[in-house]
Amino acid sequence: MSAIPLLQATDIVKHFPVGGGLFAKARIVRAVDGVSFEIARGETLSLVGESGCGKSTVGRAVLRLVPLTSGQVLLDGQRIDDLSASALRPLRRRMQVVFQDPFSSLNPRMRVRDVLIEPMRNFGLHEGRWDARIAELLDLVRLPKDSAGRWPHEFSGGQRQRIGIARALAAEPDLIVCDEAVSALDVSVKAQVVNLLQDLQADLGLAMLFISHDLAIVEHMTHRIAVMYLGRIVEVAERRSLFAAPKHPYTEALLSAVPVPEPGAQRRRIILAGDVPSPVNPPSGCRFHTRCPYAFDRCRSEEPALRATAAGHLVACHLHEGPDPAKLLARAA
Amino acid sequence: MTLSPITRRRLANFRANRRGWISLWIFGALFVLSLFAELVANDRPIVAQVDGRWFFPVFVEYAGDEVWEGGLPTAADWHDPELRQAIAARGWAIWPPIPYRHDTLVIGDPPTVLSPPSARNWLGTDDQARDVLARVIYGFRISVLFGFTLTLISSVIGIAAGAVQGYYGGLTDLLFQRFIEIWSGMPQLYLLIILAAVIEPSFVTLLLFLLLFSWMGLTGVVRAEFLRGRNLDYVRAAKALGVSDVRVMARHILPNAMVATLTFLPFILSGSVTVLASLDFLGFGLPPGSPSLGELVAQGRNNLQAPWLGITAFVVLGGTLTLLIFIGEAVRDAFDPRKLPGGGR
Repeated sequence: MSAIPLLQATDIVKHFPVGGGLFAKARIVRAVDGVSFEIARGETLSLVGESGCGKSTVGRAVLRLVPLTSGQVLLDGQRIDDLSASALRPLRRRMQVVFQDPFSSLNPRMRVRDVLIEPMRNFGLHEGRWDARIAELLDLVRLPKDSAGRWPHEFSGGQRQRIGIARALAAEPDLIVCDEAVSALDVSVKAQVVNLLQDLQADLGLAMLFISHDLAIVEHMTHRIAVMYLGRIVEVAERRSLFAAPKHPYTEALLSAVPVPEPGAQRRRIILAGDVPSPVNPPSGCRFHTRCPYAFDRCRSEEPALRATAAGHLVACHLHEGPDPAKLLARAA
Repeated sequence: MTLSPITRRRLANFRANRRGWISLWIFGALFVLSLFAELVANDRPIVAQVDGRWFFPVFVEYAGDEVWEGGLPTAADWHDPELRQAIAARGWAIWPPIPYRHDTLVIGDPPTVLSPPSARNWLGTDDQARDVLARVIYGFRISVLFGFTLTLISSVIGIAAGAVQGYYGGLTDLLFQRFIEIWSGMPQLYLLIILAAVIEPSFVTLLLFLLLFSWMGLTGVVRAEFLRGRNLDYVRAAKALGVSDVRVMARHILPNAMVATLTFLPFILSGSVTVLASLDFLGFGLPPGSPSLGELVAQGRNNLQAPWLGITAFVVLGGTLTLLIFIGEAVRDAFDPRKLPGGGR
């Protein structure tokens, strides 16, 4: 990545105060606790992790749908996390979002036509030829032409999701955040929408932040993967490198849970003990040490930093720090 | 404009509620009739012809000497027996069905103060010799108009206030809520009595005063709807599209919050009518002499020997409120998503 990345998130933090009042101190949910990544033009970065690990919050924070607690978000090298609402508005066009639930992501009181016109009206695009543009958009997401005059409830889940994608495309963005965009769909429809997203990306040169918990889908469509655990990124790598040789014990466990469509395939399942600790009270040291099969003393006290082990492969684990990881492994065992 | 299926279903549901549908028609007819009260109950003819000349006294004020030579150069008194004789002799006149206005003193024999219902005064006269039916018609009009205006303006303010609270939430919401708690604790009636001591209440001042407090009725519901609505994905998507806050509120959340709001409106309307009636009853309402249902109730109480006053007031006020409640129930049913068209559950 020689040029400036399209999107650069540096150490973003989002804490939510929960409860509390005049006299009680609010507890703080550390949903995102220092996450950094970048996305180049036309690239797909997948953000994977269990539910509750903060991946959706990262998506919303990048879109500035929630204000950041700290950290920076740069779009094309320009900071957007501290812009005022009015200064941000023109930049909003460049980042769009597709949500998980196709039923709540469309206003039931707006016809498809109005749904698609809204972004154009807002950003002053295609003034005077909206209808032609709507036809193009519907064509792009492979919906019938007569969809424009219909209401959202007349469509199936997969079709609605495509309307949502068309709405995002109507703004002609550089980056689309897909927040579990296909998780709620049937397997067959899921495949259609995934293929559609891939085609659109190839045709329009879109960058994507693909938030998902489904590694099978992610493997199919991403360039790079960032694995999140409890508000932090534990491993970032190219897709092949990550699937071939996961470094972080958590990534290993995640990958071992991906179903293999091959009867009788021999594989080692890593079953993680216990639950994800509460983000209100994250464990000291490495956040994963409570469930990590290789945890040793240092993991409990010192938080590992994200560092490169190979070109483009970053991992935050003490196992991969020293000159000889094998020795450490032996010690842990 | 084509109606969306959901609107059509609601209309069908509303019609399916016979009681509400009939109530709406009766109320509508009465209201329209009362809007033309000047043609129904007036102290002058609608049209008159004297010596071949045309007069439209309801619409134009004529001086007495314009109409006939025996008249004074002041406004013509069409009830003047001599003028009536002259008209009968030299032309004709079409009178409204009730030849009195709300403030016309009925003159005649037998004495006209508190006279019981008769062919001359269908519902009798009150303690100031005014025709009760004429007063009821004008009083109904002013009550309903007052109610409509108050409901409309307070709903607009209430919805806006609730929307801002719910949409922005957080500190805005907190401060606003505390303000409403304090503001709603103000003793309205005492303030009104103080106000009435300083200035004479009129339709407008009364309206403004009641508005100060009545807008709070809807804020709670609207706030709740907006608190829910602002977290919907399509609202988030609209924000990501850079849609302005006002537009997100008006276009994306409000239409979905309107159901809860509309359901309330007929009940707020009946509440407003009641408020005006009770203020008039206590004497802190519209200026003396104004036709008013509340004042009629007060007369009924003061003149128990003239039961037609109390009975009329009861029937008119009770009937109006009942009609409004029936309409309100039908509206509520129409917006009930579980209700099937045709009245079935």
